[in-house]
Amino acid sequence: MIFTIAGKELKALFASPLAWVVLTFMQVLLAYSFLRRLDDFLQIQPRLIRMASPPGVTELVVAPTFATAAAILLFAVPLLGMRLIAEERRNQTMVFLMSAPVSVTEIVLGKFVGLFAFLMLIIGLVTAMPLALGGGTALDYGLLASVALGLSLLAAAFAAASLYVSSLTAHPLVAAIGAFGVLLAMLLMGETAGDSLRARNWPVPAALIQVFSPLKNFEPLAKGVIDTYAVICLLLLAATLLALTIRELDGRRLKG
Amino acid sequence: MSAEPGAATIEARGLTRKFGAHTAVKGIDLELKRGEVLGFLGPNGAGKTTTMQMLTGNLAPTGGAINICGIDLLEAPVAAKARIGYLPEHPPLYREFTVDEYLLLAAKLHRVPRARCREAVETSKRRCGLANSGAKLLGTLSRGFQQRVGIAQAIVHSPDVVILDEPTVGLDPHQIREIRSLIRELGGKHSVILSTHILPEVEAVCDRVQILHHGSLVYGDTIAALKRSRGGSAVLLGLQRAPSLDTLAAIPGIAQVHAVSPVLFRVDFHPHDDATERLAAQAAKNDWGLFQISPVHTSLEDVFVQLTRHEEVD
Repeated sequence: MIFTIAGKELKALFASPLAWVVLTFMQVLLAYSFLRRLDDFLQIQPRLIRMASPPGVTELVVAPTFATAAAILLFAVPLLGMRLIAEERRNQTMVFLMSAPVSVTEIVLGKFVGLFAFLMLIIGLVTAMPLALGGGTALDYGLLASVALGLSLLAAAFAAASLYVSSLTAHPLVAAIGAFGVLLAMLLMGETAGDSLRARNWPVPAALIQVFSPLKNFEPLAKGVIDTYAVICLLLLAATLLALTIRELDGRRLKG
Repeated sequence: MSAEPGAATIEARGLTRKFGAHTAVKGIDLELKRGEVLGFLGPNGAGKTTTMQMLTGNLAPTGGAINICGIDLLEAPVAAKARIGYLPEHPPLYREFTVDEYLLLAAKLHRVPRARCREAVETSKRRCGLANSGAKLLGTLSRGFQQRVGIAQAIVHSPDVVILDEPTVGLDPHQIREIRSLIRELGGKHSVILSTHILPEVEAVCDRVQILHHGSLVYGDTIAALKRSRGGSAVLLGLQRAPSLDTLAAIPGIAQVHAVSPVLFRVDFHPHDDATERLAAQAAKNDWGLFQISPVHTSLEDVFVQLTRHEEVD
């Protein structure tokens, strides 16, 4: 059932011009930034060779491209996810899913999986660009895997956030702006609150707040460090937001 | 399970729904047998849609119990919902889907076995007159066709209970007739709850009628009983040379006489005492110039208006 609903969401995404525009926009932007970095890398390469242990192309070109992708996802995911529930409420189609013999959990997970599958397509395209270099040079596949994992987890957390905000309103645009606001707030919180708590030597609140700062958790993975706490934080954030969405939809059935 | 005719497909007891301080539905009992078509009537805001939303699991009741084919809707919602097909007031269509894609999705969501999905879609399309519209986008369909798709998605999994909320709104007379015969046909295999404002529709297709007013059931009887109680209660009488009203009222069995025009009268009889024959005999004997005598039907409309009017006044 989850995959049936996910398939429906994917179909709806591809039926709208928005998905195609976002895909094109991301691909053009990322291809440009990738090639720009590659160009810079080729220029400084002669100087790098003289270093004792020089950073490779994966570190200097691929990882920053993924960081750019993460920044673009911050804008793209709220746009892609805004319709998930808000539009169903606006068009009164939610009743189609709610009357079907599927649980609210399946509906929410189905919608999440649908959006996440679309994001994985974007991430797949982003990963394909550096992989194309594999024929000509030695790539650090470990770093590539780590940064792709990081971006996928980040995308999952973003998708869950935008799904949750979409469940709160019947206006897709409000959902998009709201989700963007939530993500931005989490980003600032991770940067400032997390750092200042750590500076004051309060490790427990700092660790707690780290759950809600997805970009902060992406950083170690982007460097090739699979920090299990960061991975758990990202998964926990996605799970929390999905649970909130389920609660919200269930509550709507009770409240009316 | 419970496939024998006459078994209850829906059984609701003491169904109550509150929205804050307002009680939209007050302790309704509802029972529907297999093969029955129930007309669910009531003025706007009587709580019809709320009741249907509760029966289909879209809204949790504040109190009461719902059993669908013996399965408790509140305890086993998934199993119970698999036996219901629901067409809400506003057909829940995804504009960017084609008819086939949409019905296939409906079939899958309602747990029709994968191998039988195609067949189920074709059957429901044929029943709803959509056989040639499979490749059309829902968003481009006319209102009437959208309504048909709405009905098609409600019956695609061949549910035990079909709940239709105003299915003929916005249709042309031809389509209305088609939909009515479809509902009749559905009534053979499934049980149907039909909510509508159109009273002749109920008389045409329903076996039983329940009228809801201010959240309570105020009338519930079979259409056959309603038809039986018709006639014999009043006649419209046309006399060329009419006597005084008192003379007419003096005939045994007559309760009341109103002059509709100088030559037309509405004559109400005492209950269970049809005085038509006596009236005709008197008219012939006294040469009143009888030219018309026709029973006045107590239609469903009279019942409906009587039951739901008085409270609007105060």
